[in-house]
Amino acid sequence: MIEVSELSKTYGDYSAVSNVSFSAIKGDVVGFLGPNGAGKTTTIRMLATYLPPSSGRASIAGFDVVEQADEVRRRIGYLPENPPLYPEMTVREYLKFIAEIKGVPRMHIQSRIAEVLEQCFITEVRNKLCQHLSRGYRQRVGLAQAIIHDPEVIILDEPTSGLDPKQIIDIRKLIRSLGESHTVLLSTHILPEVSMVCNKVVIISNGRVVIESALGDLTKEKDLEQIFIESVSKEDEVASDGSSQAA
Amino acid sequence: MRTIFAICKRELLSFFVSPIAYFVITGFTLLVGFFFFNYLAFFARMYEMSQMMAFRGGGELPNLNQMVIEGLYQTILVILVFLVPLLTMRVIAEEKRRGTFELLITSPVSISEIVLGKFLGLAAVLTLMLLVSGLFPLLLIVYGSPEIPPIVSGFFGVLLCGLSFASIGMAVSSLTENQIVAGVSSMVVLLLLYVIQAPAETMGGNAATVLRYLSPIEQVQDLLRGVISIKSITYFLSVTALGLFLSQRALEAHRWR
Repeated sequence: MIEVSELSKTYGDYSAVSNVSFSAIKGDVVGFLGPNGAGKTTTIRMLATYLPPSSGRASIAGFDVVEQADEVRRRIGYLPENPPLYPEMTVREYLKFIAEIKGVPRMHIQSRIAEVLEQCFITEVRNKLCQHLSRGYRQRVGLAQAIIHDPEVIILDEPTSGLDPKQIIDIRKLIRSLGESHTVLLSTHILPEVSMVCNKVVIISNGRVVIESALGDLTKEKDLEQIFIESVSKEDEVASDGSSQAA
Repeated sequence: MRTIFAICKRELLSFFVSPIAYFVITGFTLLVGFFFFNYLAFFARMYEMSQMMAFRGGGELPNLNQMVIEGLYQTILVILVFLVPLLTMRVIAEEKRRGTFELLITSPVSISEIVLGKFLGLAAVLTLMLLVSGLFPLLLIVYGSPEIPPIVSGFFGVLLCGLSFASIGMAVSSLTENQIVAGVSSMVVLLLLYVIQAPAETMGGNAATVLRYLSPIEQVQDLLRGVISIKSITYFLSVTALGLFLSQRALEAHRWR
């Protein structure tokens, strides 16, 4: 479903993401982990066809993110880090607009809106303006937007940030249930979230993949937190070694 | 087609839910009303004077169309130079700042559809605004006896000119995510375009011809006088198309940065 091979993104001399490779099949819920600034968002933006990669390839549902971007766009649901809401629209108007531009057939729009309102627990705010929503609601409206057209692949950039504990539990449940029939790529830096929701982990640090593994295999001996800290600090040493040698 | 319509509808919703459209339309109508009153008062004074002259056996009666309506349309063009940028500045810049541009770009919608949808929304607001100001010539038709064809063709000319301004404003708005930058730059561009024929006076020759051709003000004159000029209509449609094309290119470039 998701195939990423040697994907890189450079801005001038600065390399934000270098040679990232991983893959996910249908039914996978992939936890995409990494410290802040590791290149998670950049990678996700390339997969979502927002940024073009500098080199390497990525395909979603068999379609190349550069050459067949339109096919990819039809098949992904994408929630960016900040939910892309229009403050002056009500939640219902907003979801209707999204359904229209995502190509949901006209006769299904109303029923899809009702479904995602319920799935994301936002039925009670459906007639409120987006600008009056709290952070937690905005996040969930953003999530509703990402799944309204029932995409094959769902890409979520930190979907639980800003939610209260009860909401986090609900949303994790939702993501897990989405994982049964979709492929979900979920970026986060909350480690327990990964152990609860995901069946696969990709850890990146300094723009490189340091671990790609099924969650079960990975956490046989150590817990995820330990693995994360070790892999990330090892990478830091390598990076600082590299730079001191260069100096 | 459906997505263009969806984007246009959303654009109109934004205009009319937020206070922007109401403020711009009210301000515009107020200004146009003030100028209308002035032109009309001046016309009445001239009319009285020339009647007195005619009594003594000379002088020509002033023309209502020329003095009031043409004058009013000329003034509206100046007002558009300043007000259209206020309408267009947010159109794309705001989407970029809010992050909704990322949403549009990653949806199965082409850039051309985004540009066309937004332009249709702008065109609708602009048309509404001009129709409200059409009230003043209408008053003249009800209470006076102006020639109707130049009123209609002039309105059409002003609308065409306004649409070309709007497409230029949108192209500028596609280049930045700062609304103020977008607004000020479009105002500068439109003002330059408005006075582009100024050096023609002193230059003469081919350069002068080109500058006069490029000037929307020169181009619109025929329409204001009631002459349906294919050349002028072509000019305005080309400028509008150019603005749309540039917006499309600017956004496409953003996609591949």
